[in-house]
Amino acid sequence: MLHVDVATRLGAFSLDVALEVPAGACLALAGPSGAGKTSVLRVVAGLVHPDRGRVACGEDVWLDTERRIDVAPERRLCGYVFQEYALFGHLRAWQNVAYPLRGLDRGERRRRALDLLDRFGVAHLADARPRTLSGGERQRVAVARALARRPAALLLDEPLSALDARTRAAASRELGAILREAGVPALLVTHDFTEAALLGDEVAVVDGGRIVQRGAAAQLAAEPASTFVADFTGAVVLTGQASEREGGTVVALDGGGTVTALERASGPVAVSVYPWEITLARAGAADPGSARNHVPVEVVSVTAVGNRVRIGLAAPQPLTAELSAAAVEELELAPGTRAVASWKAAATRLLPLTAHQTVSKTSS
Amino acid sequence: MSATRPGWFGALLVAALTAALLFLTLPIVAIFVDTGPLDLVASLGEEGALEALRLSLLCSAVAIAIIVLVGTPAAYFLATRRFRGRAAVVTLVELPLVLPPAVAGIGLLAALGPNGVLGGWVEGAGIELVLTTAGVVLALTFVAAPFYLRQAQAGFEAVDATWLDASRTLGAGEARTFLRVAIPAAGPGLVAGFALAWGRALGEFGATLMFAGSFRGITQTVPLAIYERFSTDFTGALALSAVLVAISAALLLSVKLLSGSAWLGGAAR
Repeated sequence: MLHVDVATRLGAFSLDVALEVPAGACLALAGPSGAGKTSVLRVVAGLVHPDRGRVACGEDVWLDTERRIDVAPERRLCGYVFQEYALFGHLRAWQNVAYPLRGLDRGERRRRALDLLDRFGVAHLADARPRTLSGGERQRVAVARALARRPAALLLDEPLSALDARTRAAASRELGAILREAGVPALLVTHDFTEAALLGDEVAVVDGGRIVQRGAAAQLAAEPASTFVADFTGAVVLTGQASEREGGTVVALDGGGTVTALERASGPVAVSVYPWEITLARAGAADPGSARNHVPVEVVSVTAVGNRVRIGLAAPQPLTAELSAAAVEELELAPGTRAVASWKAAATRLLPLTAHQTVSKTSS
Repeated sequence: MSATRPGWFGALLVAALTAALLFLTLPIVAIFVDTGPLDLVASLGEEGALEALRLSLLCSAVAIAIIVLVGTPAAYFLATRRFRGRAAVVTLVELPLVLPPAVAGIGLLAALGPNGVLGGWVEGAGIELVLTTAGVVLALTFVAAPFYLRQAQAGFEAVDATWLDASRTLGAGEARTFLRVAIPAAGPGLVAGFALAWGRALGEFGATLMFAGSFRGITQTVPLAIYERFSTDFTGALALSAVLVAISAALLLSVKLLSGSAWLGGAAR
């Protein structure tokens, strides 16, 4: 369990954040740039010293301003994956991974570094310099390096933002598996809600140095506490297996149901659709028109956000629709109402969750 | 065969470079033209020549060692810490760069000479500086140190600060981060400063003459020996000059080769 409760002034900006992350879980801190997300990671790692607060990981207290405890960064067992990865340019890939391994002879350090690189499928790049690696390769080396010391907590700052859109979705799936396997509390920072929803067991939306709402991604989308959160959550994300058909792609959703999209994809995918693209009709109503996707749902929450209403929907994978207040009244939607959620195939975006290309070396 | 014909501006640039090149290399070329290889060897055999060379290399090497040992951490501090009065400290450290060497010599005398500010303390400690080899080292260190400090500071400032943070989170303390990340990453800047400072120390004349004097075998470095011969033995002065040019050129060249090599190139992101 990682426990953080800190408050500090950083220039003109103030940070006041309290959170816990259980072992094996990943909390995604999501928010716009400048919201203070990275500062939270830096406080946990000991790179920034807050005015007051407490940081503890398991039994180890890393910071307690009241008891004047402030453990140096090198003695906190944090695996930190920096934005842009911060690989040491003067060292080869394996030397980067071996950097935290001390008190071993060179052969043993190299063997362990190669083992780690191998786990991430980049052992063949062991002798490469970071500047010759592609974004995806750098990310793997950086994650391997962060795990080399068997950290008690993992901190990841925009781990996917340096990747191009194609590799990003596949890398997110891979990273998700790594986080679960590591079995330590993980704190991940991202400005992208979709990424937060895919990687985080829970999402905390950060704005102006504060956590404005925390919960499962679907719950944040369905019951946003403010228009800011409603806008920030963006698209609903579902996962499934895609197969190409004539004129489009059919996705068998995990947990049941199918969705049609115009984009082409096959294999595991993330399906995204914006809540305002989803229309609702009461179950048993007449055919709702040209939309190709229909999912039977049950209303679980009705949350007014400004002049709009967010409807949380229970289905095999939770959905969120955004309607006008008038429409909600007309349909008499309330928790328990059975309905059909519909949206157009053209409003459905697909993100492949596997890399189609093998890892290839590119120079930059 | 060039694809485009240079216009008048291109011709102007070429003319300017040609003029600069000729002017800057002519004296150096002339030294070697006037000195036959035989003269060179013969003059080195002369009394005092080898002695001066030995002194120059020894004193500059000791001075550069002191500069690197103290200057590297000092430059790292200036590059990585923000504190009140930092700009003033940086300026003070660079001040000797613009001091005329004679002023530097006078300053050293006023500070550490027998009647200087710290003169009594130096004497009390049983250290003799004025007119001694140690005085030469002191003068060279004073004059050359700012060259190294400036380059080293710029080198450390160019190191990505997140590398230092990353090193800390990977279990390395501040000292280890300095040795394992900051120094290798700032390598090209440090080597450039090293070469500049050593070159400056080898050529130092004014401050040495004022503070340490010109005694054969004790304080007479190559530049002082050249000056002494200049009036009586012009060929000998030329030959010694040629040796100094050769050493300085070799220094510059090896530094260029070293900064271009793979182990340092890695830091130039």
